[in-house]
Amino acid sequence: MSMFSNNPALRWLMHNPIWGFVLLIFVFFSLSADHFFDARNLQNIVVQTSTIGLIALGMTLVMINGNIDLSVGATLALAAAFAVDVQSWAAFATWGNWQILPAVCLALLAGIAMGAINGFIVWKTGVDAFIVTLGAMLGIRGLVFVYTGEQSFYAANFAYSDFSMMSLGPFPVLAVIFVLAVIAVHWLLSRTVHGRNTYAVGGNREAAVNAGIRVGPHMMINFMLIGFLAALSGVLLSTQMGAATPNLGRDYELWVITAVVLGGTKLTGGKGDIIGTLGGVLAIGILRNGMNLMQVPAFYVYVILGSILIAVLFLDKRFNRTQNGGLRL
Amino acid sequence: MLIARLKAGGPTLAKQGILVAFILFMIVFSFMSDRFMTTGNVMSVFRQATIVGVMALGVTIVVIGGNLDLSVGSMLSFATVLVVDLHDKIGPELAVPVMVLATLCLGAVNGFLIGILRLNSLIVTLGMLSVIQGLVLIYSGGQNVDIANQSETWFRVFGRGAVMGIATPIILFVGLALFFHILMTTTAFGRRVHAVGGNPVASVFSGIPRSRIVFLTYLISALCVAVAAMILGSRVMGSQNNVGQGYELQVLAAVILGGTSLLGGSGSILRTVLGVLMLAFIQNGLILMGQPYYTQWLVTWAVIIIAVWLDVAAKRGRLLSPIA
Repeated sequence: MSMFSNNPALRWLMHNPIWGFVLLIFVFFSLSADHFFDARNLQNIVVQTSTIGLIALGMTLVMINGNIDLSVGATLALAAAFAVDVQSWAAFATWGNWQILPAVCLALLAGIAMGAINGFIVWKTGVDAFIVTLGAMLGIRGLVFVYTGEQSFYAANFAYSDFSMMSLGPFPVLAVIFVLAVIAVHWLLSRTVHGRNTYAVGGNREAAVNAGIRVGPHMMINFMLIGFLAALSGVLLSTQMGAATPNLGRDYELWVITAVVLGGTKLTGGKGDIIGTLGGVLAIGILRNGMNLMQVPAFYVYVILGSILIAVLFLDKRFNRTQNGGLRL
Repeated sequence: MLIARLKAGGPTLAKQGILVAFILFMIVFSFMSDRFMTTGNVMSVFRQATIVGVMALGVTIVVIGGNLDLSVGSMLSFATVLVVDLHDKIGPELAVPVMVLATLCLGAVNGFLIGILRLNSLIVTLGMLSVIQGLVLIYSGGQNVDIANQSETWFRVFGRGAVMGIATPIILFVGLALFFHILMTTTAFGRRVHAVGGNPVASVFSGIPRSRIVFLTYLISALCVAVAAMILGSRVMGSQNNVGQGYELQVLAAVILGGTSLLGGSGSILRTVLGVLMLAFIQNGLILMGQPYYTQWLVTWAVIIIAVWLDVAAKRGRLLSPIA
């Protein structure tokens, strides 16, 4: 034990076991999969990870806050549909490449609005976030289907799909956006009053209320942030595809929650951080990418990820017996 | 205002909120469409509701026991693909029991992890959702399966048959609902499930075998999925390998709408049936009114939140949450 506690790197790994796992699979795939340890492929992993990663940043906030958001996949689809559809509206026909701007703004606003609706309902009605966002998950998906008429949209402006190919120096622009978002949310959570209050509300709501923290607005802000991040993720995903399908983002909430829980954030709230979540999404991204390169059928990824999730829960329970890991509903 | 009236109107009316809403919806739809209240339509809605309905019975018992089951959707895919695939390989006499046993094994895994090891049910069943979906795809190799000779096998009776003019799925659903209602309201097992969900610690101190009770609720849930898979497989005579995707949400929506508390300890099988029927009739009514199919999901969104809101509001005695 003393050996561990003396070495700062090892001590850090003890607190963030997911990064040990990330390191392990990274070394494993570098040795056993051709082309894994390749600048192009590593860029690819970050870009692929960014879709789920962006939402996972928001989910970390919401879960630390003691809530959960199941509606992110549907919000992503709604934003993607807006971003691709609005740019072909007749009103913006003469705007040239600028027609993308109102489309993206509207898409992001839609995401924020969906988050605000969820947050407001959770705040004012006192219904549990699980139920509120479960309803929203169905409802927003229904909205997407009604809005799109169950059709896929294709981006009219080629500049839109070119965006995902752009690079800033050696870094793909999508990866840069993701890294910036990680830094921003990490700063928000660890350096601001809102971040500290987010922990306080999730850790002990009674105590937070008694300390004079306004619980409702903090919850609502976090829901709006996750709505924004889900919408951003949807916009970036649709630039990669040059299209938006109404089924986009199905099951993403499951991947996102898996990543966040792998990263050590507690469902009960009050505990977790962005570093862990980053490890969680990278673990999923590297596993999917590496197994793909080793030509393992995608089916096995489901089994392995599900098993890892349950194993992490089991180990967490074994080693943190004092923590009561029950779901608060 | 509303709450004052809810209180004055007596707790009985507030408690039967789902029933009142159900009747209101039925009346509105009957006025909006003249085909809505015909025997044929009502029967067909009933029949469509049976798959979600049968699964919702099991999930209700799991939720009353204080846990969640999100794995029922992919478990349905698993069971349906298995029974349809085995039907032609080893015959329906063997395929059905093999499928039921395999599904019960999955339920036992859930029950072991959640009941015996006491892991968080939301995360475990989320993980199992993914694992089982993977198993289905590995088993089927990503191919869809179907039954070659669809008209002659007796397996068709579960989904397509009828007894005295009533479709078999309806008989199965109603039969199971009555059975589980009696199980939950009159037997020691039912009382114990309520006790475990209501206060796990107190239940252990009262000598209730909490682990075993939770384990059994997941077996029941798996059994219900197996029955639903028989109905689905027999009706379609084939299966896509993701056929159950998203069912867990519809099931959970119906259970929540039926007033079962996600905190555990309270809930009723018969009101879950009402929740299932309400969702089915909303879907049917909106389609008869000429609305796009997915409008029902928007309406479901509103109905779920309003239903749970009124429930919560009635319990705390004020409409809005007191938190600042």
